Amino acid sequence: MIVAGCDVGSLTAKAVILDNRSILSHAVIRARMKPNESAQEVMEIALSKAGIPMNNIGFCVGTGYGRERIPFVNKSISEITCHAKGAAYLMPRVRTVIDIGGQDCKAIRLDEKGNIVKFFTNDKCAAGTGRFLDVMCGLLKIDLEDLGKMNDRAEDPLTLASTCTVWAQAEVIHHLNEKRPIPDICAAINQAMAGRVAILARSVGITKEVCMTGGVAKNTGVVSCLERLLDVKIRRLSIDPQIVGALGAAVFARQHCEKNSGVFSVPKGGVSYDSRRV
Amino acid sequence: MIAAGCDVGSLSAKAVLLEDGEIIATHVIFARPDPAESAEEVMGLCLEKAGLGFDSIDYCVATGYGRNQIPFAKEKASEIACHGKGAQTILPSVRMVIDIGGQDAKAIRLDDKGNVTRYVYNDKCASGTGRFLEIMAGAMGIAVSEMGEISTHAVNPVTISNQCVVFAETEIISLINEGRELPDIISGLHRAMAHRVASLAKGIELEDDITMTGGVAKNTGMYSSLEEALGRPLKQVTSDPQTIGALGAAMFAHDALTGKTNNIQTIIPLRATAHKTCAFDMAQS
Repeated sequence: MIVAGCDVGSLTAKAVILDNRSILSHAVIRARMKPNESAQEVMEIALSKAGIPMNNIGFCVGTGYGRERIPFVNKSISEITCHAKGAAYLMPRVRTVIDIGGQDCKAIRLDEKGNIVKFFTNDKCAAGTGRFLDVMCGLLKIDLEDLGKMNDRAEDPLTLASTCTVWAQAEVIHHLNEKRPIPDICAAINQAMAGRVAILARSVGITKEVCMTGGVAKNTGVVSCLERLLDVKIRRLSIDPQIVGALGAAVFARQHCEKNSGVFSVPKGGVSYDSRRV
Repeated sequence: MIAAGCDVGSLSAKAVLLEDGEIIATHVIFARPDPAESAEEVMGLCLEKAGLGFDSIDYCVATGYGRNQIPFAKEKASEIACHGKGAQTILPSVRMVIDIGGQDAKAIRLDDKGNVTRYVYNDKCASGTGRFLEIMAGAMGIAVSEMGEISTHAVNPVTISNQCVVFAETEIISLINEGRELPDIISGLHRAMAHRVASLAKGIELEDDITMTGGVAKNTGMYSSLEEALGRPLKQVTSDPQTIGALGAAMFAHDALTGKTNNIQTIIPLRATAHKTCAFDMAQS
């Protein structure tokens, strides 16, 4: 049985094709304006990599911000559930999953069976999300991929005092005007980012087995700052951390085919920030 | 006797001159990178308006973000104290001042003698400060000063769902792309911002007599949106709302000259009421 998972996020779309044993192929693209177009495109790429047609997919699960608008899915499941599933599939002992997406950040706590016990999300404030790094890279005119590597070249790392992306931007401009070296500024950005994420991660409880998913997990600077802040070793995943949500969706699709029973409930006990209070 | 007040903020610098307690000149300029230069310039221009020179100032009190770097000031006072003092000088019945500056917002409660009894402020999150409007105006390609007037043409104001300035900027860009009218978008922005500032003020409990100060008070759309969000009318200050802090500083200088106050440092008020600004503050609590 061949199944698929499709994760349409705010900035990227991801697809994973799975058979009974392993991942056949995966794809990541930059999201288009319409979630259905992103889904279609990323799935076609993944299918052509695997060399199979769409009608061979026995079951497909959709997830992510645009999951309700994916035309070809049989079922849609929340990102939290899919990220937890994907991480637990790759690393059965994992108990804390930190996922940093393009416009949000989540910390998920799992029990020994891989069930979600608790989670926190921030999608109200750009600080601590991929968007923060995006804004900063725009200012520094560097690629997002290079931001993490810059940490190693920092000789005298700077710091950012502000939480707010807008104020931190002013600080970065100030550092640029002072002609401070770019790697030193990058180190400050990664450190600030890790600081925000650490607050969220601590709120679900840090265990020995922590892993990071989402695009920002590829930023080695943020990962190492976070390891220092949380005083824990963050386990490296064997696959691209950006596709973990889509993988989780595909694992659900496979389980569905195996058991043919629905286990797709949104986790209880989660807390989302209510920043409407100002 | 000439008393002077100088308020050097993050985006603008303000000066007020008093002769025997009466306003003789006020002036506002855009701030320079160096607070001392801003102070010299704005006070110089203000003195010029009054036909005076620096040596005619008998006492000057400085306030604002740059208050520690003003060379000609004899004394410093907090912005909180100065905004309260300035507002009550113009409107003696006022018991609450809501001040929205370029990079912060504050709500101050006063007793009948002008003493600050409680206050709360936000300078951690750009949302709900003048910066919010500035960034949105930039995204729409208009001047901040135009926003109030344009918003009066709103027919069907939009609802802005994002609180974060970064996310709200993306949101209004897509609203523009969807073909929504600028007056409707701007009106929606005013409402969103007013809601945020009103929640800040409600954190220390509203008084009946409220006034609004700071540059944002000149935006008529913001002014009426704040009245709506607070659920009560605001008392309008008769002079430029942007110079109220400087006026308060000048009044402290006047008090010092007339022997009413001999220690301005004691006016720096009590601790601010704790205020959660953004998602991360909530996680920590």
